[in-house]
Amino acid sequence: MLEPLRNFWQRLRLQRFARTAVTSVPMLWLLLFFLVPFLIVLKISFSEAVLAMPPYAPLLAWTQERVLSIQLHLANYHFLFSDALYLDSFLYSVKVAAVSTLLCLLLGYPMALGITRASPALRNLLLMLVILPFWTSFLLRVYAWIGLLKDDGLINNLLLSVHLITQPIPMVASPFAVYVGIVYSYLPFMVLPLYSNLEKHDRSLLEAAADLGAAPWKVFVRVTWPLSVPGVVAGALLVFIPAVGEYVIPSLLGPSNQLMIGRVLSDEFFENRDWPVASAVAIVILIMLLGPIVLFQRYRSRELEAAP
Amino acid sequence: MMAAYVEIDQVSKRFGDFVAVDNVSLQVERGEIFCLLGASGCGKTTLLRLLAGFETPSSGRLLIDGQDLAAVPPYQRPVNMMFQSYALFPHMSVERNVAFGLEQERLGKAQIRRRVGEILEIVKMAPYLKRKPHQLSGGQRQRVALARALVKRPKLLLLDEPLGALDRKLREHTQFELINIQQQLGVTFVVVTHDQEEAMTLASRIGVMNHGQIVQIGAPRQIYEFPATRFVADFIGSVNLFDGRMIEDEPDYVRVQCADLPASVLVDHGISAAPDAPLWVAVRPEKINLSREAPSAADNWARGVIHEIAYLGDLSVFLVRLESGRDVRATLANSTRKPEEQFSREMPVYLSWDASSPVIGST
Repeated sequence: MLEPLRNFWQRLRLQRFARTAVTSVPMLWLLLFFLVPFLIVLKISFSEAVLAMPPYAPLLAWTQERVLSIQLHLANYHFLFSDALYLDSFLYSVKVAAVSTLLCLLLGYPMALGITRASPALRNLLLMLVILPFWTSFLLRVYAWIGLLKDDGLINNLLLSVHLITQPIPMVASPFAVYVGIVYSYLPFMVLPLYSNLEKHDRSLLEAAADLGAAPWKVFVRVTWPLSVPGVVAGALLVFIPAVGEYVIPSLLGPSNQLMIGRVLSDEFFENRDWPVASAVAIVILIMLLGPIVLFQRYRSRELEAAP
Repeated sequence: MMAAYVEIDQVSKRFGDFVAVDNVSLQVERGEIFCLLGASGCGKTTLLRLLAGFETPSSGRLLIDGQDLAAVPPYQRPVNMMFQSYALFPHMSVERNVAFGLEQERLGKAQIRRRVGEILEIVKMAPYLKRKPHQLSGGQRQRVALARALVKRPKLLLLDEPLGALDRKLREHTQFELINIQQQLGVTFVVVTHDQEEAMTLASRIGVMNHGQIVQIGAPRQIYEFPATRFVADFIGSVNLFDGRMIEDEPDYVRVQCADLPASVLVDHGISAAPDAPLWVAVRPEKINLSREAPSAADNWARGVIHEIAYLGDLSVFLVRLESGRDVRATLANSTRKPEEQFSREMPVYLSWDASSPVIGST
């Protein structure tokens, strides 16, 4: 009488074990390589900078009376908000990332839409072209932009030779070059999620909208765009989040007087050797980006839910 | 002669080398339900899409109520379509879906609300106003799609496999409801289907398509009882087809000799053909009688052994193997409880039919 019940119970437990085993691998990976380093950074951010090796005072110490003392230094955080440099560079980073994200969207949406409407053979070719830049080193590609943008670079020489300009336009070491670099580098991260969203749209929805009397632009506004919002959000966050902390592009192409937060962080680490302040900067960036990341997760889960 | 309401005039559609619609001409009358029936790939959906404006004809003309549609884009045609997949906008509620078409006409809010309410009442979906499509069952989605297409009061409603996604029980029910709604609103319907039962129930007239061409147009009964070609006879319903030759051709009857049948086939409604011309003879399974005694007539019978019996509830299907090796299908209505006692497998039987039953043709 109880035999089937027991069998069922055993099968259930086996299933649960298998499920745990499968999910535990990525969990362990994240624990080891994300959570533990994060906790270390968090710990350092609460300690005091000293001239030593490593260059910070331990957080936990045994006093002479054999009492474990924990010294939490909040000074690093206080310092971040008292010095205008950090807030300025943070706001500047957010602005650069936001504008770049918008530019990526304006460029990437027509691209993604165009790819989905192309013939299957052409579609694969176009997708290849979007992914192709990843085959070359990121650093190399950013360096190549210096060659294009500098005063005696390709673009200025071309414009000079056709007498469109008489003086080379200074483009390197300007915010313009930073935008060019970021938009160029992150465009695929906008195009690919948008493409994967737009490609799933049921073509008959567009026909139905047209059939019901909507002109082509109206079809876009009422059907294509609202259905693509999850793709837009995914693409925007994939561009925005790394762009905020971008270090290489502003260092190579940007002006030296206006620093992005990624550069500030690296300077604290390597120039000032102030690990605690650098860690505090990292923690603040993380907390600030948590909002958009949570938003991304919510949209992604909603998109997964909506999929039939 | 009065011009037809919907006029398809020598329309062809080619995709590269493939001819999807091949010189089709047909007229649909105002207020009728016209069914395009054919196997998949016969061009019926392409013809529908030509009417909707999603494809442009390679040649020929399409007219609705005297208006040539050639230069009219889909969003300005007085035609609406109910899609096979229903194509409901997943991000809009039932109400918004149905209102979409009216909003494009720039009607007032109150008027839109009233008309949406009316049409949802007709399709019995009024209680589901705020639901999203994914919260509806297949049958409910079908109703919303119908309401959305009808709310614009189109001159012509195109329905692409309207009941294809519904299960059998619901389909039967919905068929009659669809006819009801059509009669209530008086909209002209052109329905595409591969399901002959669906076509038979819905249509006032059926156009049978094959390889991009219209093979026969007629009322359901006409198509079933008097198929014009061998293809139509074979495609509509099940049928026993025999090849034969004309041996006697008189004004009120013809006599055909078939290699598979021991007796000649006498048909009291005839066609005229050259003597000895190759013909096909079609006899519907339900028009064949089974008996254990030899029939007295000289014509219209065959002899065989029951090879297989399939009990379908309302009907029983008998496969009778003739002496020539051919299997002939005969169906008997199970009007009494235990018909199987009468016939069983491996039993020798005689098949016979009325002289009015067979259909003969040469193409």
